[in-house]
Amino acid sequence: MTTKTAPAPAAAPPLPSRRININLRQSGIYVAFALIVVLFTVLTDGALLQPQNISNIIVQNSYVLILAIGMILVIIGGHIDLSVGSTVALTGAICAVLTVQWGLPWPVAVLLTLLSGALIGAAQGYWIAYFGIPAFIVTLAGMLVFRALTLTTLGNQGIGPFPDEIRSLANGFTGSYLGNVGLGPLGGADLVSLLAGGLCVAGFALSQWRKRSARLGYGQTVDPMPMFVLKIVGVAVVVMAVVVQLARFRNLPWVLVLLAALALGYSLMANNSVFGRHIYSIGGNLQAATLSGVKVKAVTFWVFVNMGALAALAGVIFAGRLNQAGPTAGMSFELDAIAAAFIGGAAVQGGVGKVIGAITGGLIMGVINNGMSLIGAPSERVMLVKGLVLLIAVAYDVWTKRRA
Amino acid sequence: MSDDVLVMRGITKRFAGVTALHEVSLTVRRGEIHAICGENGAGKSTLMKVLSGVHPHGTYDGEILFEGEPCAFGGVRDSERRGIVIIHQELALCGQLSVAENLFLGNERARRGLIDWNRTNHEAQALLDRVGLRENPTTPVNDLGVGKQQLVEIAKALSKEVKLLILDEPTAALNDDDSQHLLDLLEGLRSEGITCVIISHKLGEVTRIADTVTVLRDGRTIETLPAQGLSEERIIAGMVGRDLEHRFPPRTPDIGEEVLRIEDWTVHSPAQPDRVVVDRATLSVRRGEIVGLAGLMGAGRTELAMSVFGRSYGVGISGRVLKDGREIDTRSVQAAIRNGLAYVSEDRKRYGLNLIEGVQRNVSAAALGKLSKRGWVNENEEYTVAERFRRSMGIRTSTVTTPTGTLSGGNQQKVVLAKWMFTDPDVLILDEPTRGIDVGAKYEIYSIINDLAAQGRAVLVISSELPELLGLCDRVYALSEGRITGEVSREEATQERLMQYMTRGQSS
Repeated sequence: MTTKTAPAPAAAPPLPSRRININLRQSGIYVAFALIVVLFTVLTDGALLQPQNISNIIVQNSYVLILAIGMILVIIGGHIDLSVGSTVALTGAICAVLTVQWGLPWPVAVLLTLLSGALIGAAQGYWIAYFGIPAFIVTLAGMLVFRALTLTTLGNQGIGPFPDEIRSLANGFTGSYLGNVGLGPLGGADLVSLLAGGLCVAGFALSQWRKRSARLGYGQTVDPMPMFVLKIVGVAVVVMAVVVQLARFRNLPWVLVLLAALALGYSLMANNSVFGRHIYSIGGNLQAATLSGVKVKAVTFWVFVNMGALAALAGVIFAGRLNQAGPTAGMSFELDAIAAAFIGGAAVQGGVGKVIGAITGGLIMGVINNGMSLIGAPSERVMLVKGLVLLIAVAYDVWTKRRA
Repeated sequence: MSDDVLVMRGITKRFAGVTALHEVSLTVRRGEIHAICGENGAGKSTLMKVLSGVHPHGTYDGEILFEGEPCAFGGVRDSERRGIVIIHQELALCGQLSVAENLFLGNERARRGLIDWNRTNHEAQALLDRVGLRENPTTPVNDLGVGKQQLVEIAKALSKEVKLLILDEPTAALNDDDSQHLLDLLEGLRSEGITCVIISHKLGEVTRIADTVTVLRDGRTIETLPAQGLSEERIIAGMVGRDLEHRFPPRTPDIGEEVLRIEDWTVHSPAQPDRVVVDRATLSVRRGEIVGLAGLMGAGRTELAMSVFGRSYGVGISGRVLKDGREIDTRSVQAAIRNGLAYVSEDRKRYGLNLIEGVQRNVSAAALGKLSKRGWVNENEEYTVAERFRRSMGIRTSTVTTPTGTLSGGNQQKVVLAKWMFTDPDVLILDEPTRGIDVGAKYEIYSIINDLAAQGRAVLVISSELPELLGLCDRVYALSEGRITGEVSREEATQERLMQYMTRGQSS
């Protein structure tokens, strides 16, 4: 196609320096995370990075991280979900009834629980997407309703204990299928865990390499080679450091395996699928998305269905971890998940955010929680610091945007 | 005291490395209407923001003398205290509040902290009389049309005892009647001794009411001319720095058989379902043809287009849409797109673009399916497509990932056009395709429209600017009160004739 253009100068060539600026802005969250880890490592004399503590941080925060994955999609779509804490409690209770009281096999029970979570999401998604009630109101109502249903289901008492499989999904570790290997001064470490970590790193490097070659093939600009290598080496060092510590302790927690799969899957979905793109376009400009033929209502509906299913997964894991479904389960989890999303770079107006960002945001709060309790800070101070971190993170985001 | 009420000398204003104003000078005589002309980005609005204190003293170089005294405004309140009031392009009214409340917002008629409603409404009525607005002061501003809201803004300025009134594009959103009234009002204010500075793209108005014209280009003062006997072409020459011999690119139409036919199209207002907005409209567009749709504001042009495009507007819609002689389904946007329709909205920022995303993701937004396999998007293909449109349409941006919110109006419009061209439509409906775009970029948009027609597509152009329709279209329909009141070919079309049709059958 040829289009005549009026007498005017041609477009300026790409400016490489600007790209680096943008990258710095996006990577602010990771730099902050690294600084917080270093800070608490120093404050706790290295206790933060001890094998058992790393394992604790992952297991203790797994359910909030799972919620954060769903929440970031909701927030990118321009909505909010206040009901996830109550949904965690209700689905935990459902799972308990299915396994403990009805004695269903655990895979069936878990599947039915996830389905019930999806139904909860569908119920809310209907009011939001098709009836047009703001998500804030619908999910505020949901928060009350689902908490009430939890109390009804449980009859105001805990139900437990759970089958071993569900408990080990929440609390357990991969087995030592191939035995240990010696790591010199670090002592013995599980071979399977190390291999899994190595495979992850290799897979990451390979996919990045292929992406880079493809982009080059299409004549696009890419990071310069040293930067590219640095990025991969950085990721490899962090991943392997965590894996080695875990392998020295009790191997990989099953929830970590699950989280890694979810993080990868949902990142791909958000960035590269048509559905993910539609979420971003709805949050970025609802009217423009509508007039571009995006099925706005259906997409919004499914985002809430997804949130419900993920909340159910978190519900199963939380109940499994406590080995009991309790009436107060999931209290204020919605706030942790929302905070994780915003610390991780989501925008209040929607249209902006990354799955990995939300997970990093959740980990920042987890490390602050854990680090402060290690140095014996009282819980009110932990709350204070978390509140301030949320404020500063969003202020930083607003500030960088205003400067741009 | 000298005759010059305002002297601005050597004004230089920089934003983060970009020089928006470079040694700009402006001298305004007492009691005149002084027009400032220039393309978008020439620095007109920035200059007025410097003058009114939006950009406070110290953020710019140069000096401002108002009534002979040097000024150092720290904010808008300082300049308003001296009698300088600016009315921005986007009106600054609170829609839920009444006219009277808006008039005295921040300047309330109160006694000991309590509003004196009698005095408020009484004084408001007096101000409304002065601007010739026959409305009750207690009416909510939302219930008024844009034209009347503009008058409320002017009344608000009068309440502040204005000496110098600055209007930024006051008639951009007004229909001809309202524009007429506003221009008359400005002439009235001039006879009362109020000085006006007016920024306008509508050169016809400028030559009609201005006493003096200052032309800005690329942040510099190019010339200041007496408006007496000044031609539009002369002003344009100053604005673009070259003679625009032809405001419209040349074109040889190659018109084929009928592609789109809309029959007996009737639409009702969603707010008042018994009110007919489009009334049994019938029109057709042929392959390779550019057809215009003329009408005053409120005639139902946008309503017609949006109701056809996936029923995006209106209730109680009836009528038929035919393509190539067969009736097609346009009940959803998806169906309309699938059937080869495309609609470029009059408000690209609200309805056209995702401003926080880059060119790449905007261009693909309406046809992601073409770039994906089993639900997964091929980003490399997407990039290639965006690059191709960036080159072929001359979208001026550093990279295709630059957020579209940072582009100029003309480039944003090209992105929206690229988005719809990528859907490969047979019929394009372009609603005000050059609104708020400077002269140079308009020419480029016209070239693109011509190319679309040359590719064998049918193009329907809605525009408030009659010269644009006359210069661009092979045929023009006139719409009045929702009815097609006339159809003229390129040869027969004159502004007067179209205007006759556009005002025909008006009940009031």
